[in-house]
Amino acid sequence: MTKFFATTALVASLAMPAFAVQPAEGEQLAENQVYNFWLLDAIKSVDPAKNTDVEGSDVLRQLFEGLMNEDEKGAMVPGVAESFEESDDKLTYTFKLRDAKWSNGEPVTAGDFVYAWRRAVNPETASEYAWFMELMNIVNATDIVKGEKSPEKLGVKAIDDKTLEVTLTTPTPYFIKTLSHATTFPVPQKVIEEHGDAWTQPGNLVGNGAFVLKSHNLGVDITMEKNPEYWDAENVVMQTVKGITVNDNNVALTRYQAGELDRVQIPAGQYPRLEKEAPDQAVSLPYACSYAYVYNVSEKGPEALKDVRVREALSLALNRDIIVNNVLQGGQKPATTWTHWAIEGFDQPETELATLSQEEKTQRAQELLTEAGYGPDNPISLTLQYNTDENHKKLAIAAQQFWKPLGVNITLNNVEWKVHTDRMQNQDFDMARYAWCADYNEASTFLDWFRTDGYNSGKWSNAEFDQLMADAKTAEDTTPIYTRAEEILAEEVPAAFVYHYAKVDMINPDIKGLPTENVLNSWYAKDLYRLAD
Amino acid sequence: MFAYIMRRLAVAVPTLLLLIVFSFILMHLAPGGPFTQERELPPQVLANLNAKYGLDDPLWKQIINYIWGIVAHFDFGPSFVYPDRSVNELVAAGFPVTLTYGSLAFIAAVVMGVGLGVVAAIWHNSFLDYLAVGISIGAQVLPNFVMAPILVLIFTLWYGLLPGGGWSFSDPSFWIMPVIALGTSYMASIARITRSSMLEVLGSNHIRTARAKGMPEHRVIIRHALKPAMLPVISYLGPVFVSMITGSVVIDIYFSTGGIGKAFVDSALNRDYAVMMGVTILVGALTIVFNLVVDVLYAWIDPKIRY
Repeated sequence: MTKFFATTALVASLAMPAFAVQPAEGEQLAENQVYNFWLLDAIKSVDPAKNTDVEGSDVLRQLFEGLMNEDEKGAMVPGVAESFEESDDKLTYTFKLRDAKWSNGEPVTAGDFVYAWRRAVNPETASEYAWFMELMNIVNATDIVKGEKSPEKLGVKAIDDKTLEVTLTTPTPYFIKTLSHATTFPVPQKVIEEHGDAWTQPGNLVGNGAFVLKSHNLGVDITMEKNPEYWDAENVVMQTVKGITVNDNNVALTRYQAGELDRVQIPAGQYPRLEKEAPDQAVSLPYACSYAYVYNVSEKGPEALKDVRVREALSLALNRDIIVNNVLQGGQKPATTWTHWAIEGFDQPETELATLSQEEKTQRAQELLTEAGYGPDNPISLTLQYNTDENHKKLAIAAQQFWKPLGVNITLNNVEWKVHTDRMQNQDFDMARYAWCADYNEASTFLDWFRTDGYNSGKWSNAEFDQLMADAKTAEDTTPIYTRAEEILAEEVPAAFVYHYAKVDMINPDIKGLPTENVLNSWYAKDLYRLAD
Repeated sequence: MFAYIMRRLAVAVPTLLLLIVFSFILMHLAPGGPFTQERELPPQVLANLNAKYGLDDPLWKQIINYIWGIVAHFDFGPSFVYPDRSVNELVAAGFPVTLTYGSLAFIAAVVMGVGLGVVAAIWHNSFLDYLAVGISIGAQVLPNFVMAPILVLIFTLWYGLLPGGGWSFSDPSFWIMPVIALGTSYMASIARITRSSMLEVLGSNHIRTARAKGMPEHRVIIRHALKPAMLPVISYLGPVFVSMITGSVVIDIYFSTGGIGKAFVDSALNRDYAVMMGVTILVGALTIVFNLVVDVLYAWIDPKIRY
C-alpha cells in the first residue's frame, strides 16, 4: 500500500502555502510583528538531542523543522518532507525531502537527518531522549543505545540528498505522528563538529526552522528572529519571537496584564474570575495530560490494595466533579479513563465509573469495601504521597475527605519532587499522585504506561492488556482495541484516574494563529501574526 | 597583621576542603539523582549518562576527581541539567547579576540604615527618633516576598514606569525594584543595630570627656562616636554582604533575574550536583574572605584590637 500523502497534502500546500494561518480580509496587521511568550524556567538546552522539556520543545520548533509539522488541529502536515511512501509490510518509510535550506544557506539533506538521528542514539551523546528513537521502533535503536552496535547501524539511510529511508522493527501505527517531535529534528553536522557543545550559542547555532536564534540570556529571555533562508519565508508574517522567563505564575499574570507577555498560564483557581473579566482572553483548551493516583500493587505495596475491590472502591468514592468544579476550576474534565478524552481515534468505554451518579458510586464503594472485609469498624490505613505543589496538596486533602467516611484513613505524605519520583520508581509508596502527558496524539502514548514492561510504577500486570497493546501495533483499526484496554483498566483499577488536563491560559486577542484544537499544544510561530491594536 | 592574614588564609584551605567533602557526601545522600525523572530512563540510557558524567565511579573517586579538576584546571565540571553549559559558564552568567543588584542593595542599605540609626540615636526620644524607628520597623515587617509584588503593582501595573522583571546590564531600570526589595529589610536591621550601638557609645565616658573639653557636637559624633559605634554593625555586615551578593532566591524568582540565588536552590532540587557544589564553594569562599575582611576592619577601627 502506498500512501500518496503528497497528492492531497502537497496540492493543499500550494493552495494554502505552508498551512500558515493568513490574516483574514479586513484584519489590520500590527507594524511590530512580535510575539512574547512565557517560559516558566530557563531553557535547558536548544540542542534537539538534549532537550527534555516542553518549553525547550516550544523553542526548538521555531529554530528547527522536522520531517512533519502539526497544523492547528494537531494533524500532521509536511515539514521538510514533501511526501512519503509506506511499504506494504509497514516496516519501511521513504521520505521525499523538499528544497529546504539551513539558516547559513546550505541545503537540508537526507544526510542531515541521518546524522541527527544517529547522534540521538549514540551513547556518547548521552541523550536523555534516546528512548524516543526506541519508541519510534527504528531498527537497531535499542542495541545502539545499549552500546552493543555502532550508531551507523541505525535503520535510517540517505538514498540520495533528497530521499530518506527509515526501517522499523515492527509496524508502528503512530510512527508518522512522532516526526514532529524535537528529538527527530535535523542538526547541522559541520557546525556541531566545529563548535562542540557551544554550537547552541547564538551566533553559532544554525537551524532550518522559520526563525534563527538571536540571543539567549539563560533564565532571562531568548529571542528569535525570522529566518530569510526558510523555504517558506515569504509566508511567515511574524518577525520576532521572544520567550521571557518568569519563574512565578502569578508574577507572569501580572506581567501579562502589564502587556509584557502575550500568553500566560492562568494560576489555579483564577480562571472563573478572569473568564468573567476578560472573556476574549481567558481560554481553556483540552491538553493531553492525565492525572491519577497510582496504587502500588507490587510485593512491596500494602495488602489492602492487592484486593481489586478496595482499589475500585477508592476510585469510585473520589468525587471528581468536586475536584474539577470546586478545586481546579479551569475547565478540566473528570477522568474515567487513563487516555485523555480528546485524543484522536479514542472512544471512552461505558464503565460504571463513567455512567453512575456520585451517590450510586459512593454506595457501590461502600458495598465493595464491606465485601472485602473493610469498613469503619475495620479501617484501612494508607499513605498518599505527592510532590510539593499547592494543587497536589489541595487535591490530596479532598481525596482524604472523600475516603474518610468509608473507613479509609489516609496519611498525606508530601515530599520533594526527586524524592517522590525516586520512591515511585522503587515501589516505595502506597498510593502516589502521577501525571502523564502525551508524546504523540494517539492512545498508546497513555496506555503503554500500564504495560508490564512500561513505566508502570505500581507494577500492575495483565496478560490480556499486554496482548492488546501488542495487537494494536499491527491493527488496521485501533480504536476498539484501545477501548477494550481501557475497559480492563476500569475492571482491574491499577490507579484511580482523577482528571484530564486543560490548558488554561490568557491569550492576547491581537495574536492570531495559535492552535486551539491541538491537544499537544504544539505551536509554530511561523503561523502567527499580530493585529494592530 | 600580614602574618595574621596569611595564617587565616592558610586555615581557609582545609576549611574549604572540608566544606567540599561534606557537601559532596550530603548531596549524594539525598534520594534520587540528576537523571531521576517522571519518565524513568531506560537502564542503558541512564548508564550512558552516568558514564558521561563520571557518576558511575565510587564516591571517593568522584570527590578526588572533582577537587583535582578545580585545583588543576579551575574546572568545576559540567552541569547535569544544562547539558550545553559548564558550571563555570553558569556561575559566570548568574553571579554578575546578583553581584550587581546585591552590591547596590548593600550600599543603599548601609547608607540609609546607618543614617537612620545615627539620626535616631542623636535625637533620642524625639520625633525624628520615632520616625526613624517607625520606618525601620515598617521595613522590617515587610519581607521581600511582600515587598516585591507591591513594587510591581505600583511601578509596573499602575504607572508602567519599570519593567516587571527580567535583567539587562545596560538598562538600570531593571535593577531598581530588585535593589529596593532586597535592601529594605537589611536597611531596617542596620538602622536598629546602629541606633542601639550609637546610644551606648554616646553614653560612654570618652564622649562625656570630649564634650567636656568643649568639642563641637558634630566632631564628637563623627570623630569619637561613629567609629566605635560601627563595630557591631560591621560584624553584622560581613556575612550580610556575602548573602546579598550571592542573591536571594525570592528576588531571583520574583523578578526572574537569572541570578545565582535561584540557580542554587534549583540545583539542589534538580540534584545538579556540579552546579550545587560550584555555588556552595563560591559562597563558602566569599564567606571566609569577608569574615577576614571584617576582622581586619575591626583592627583598623578599634586600636584596642591587635592581631
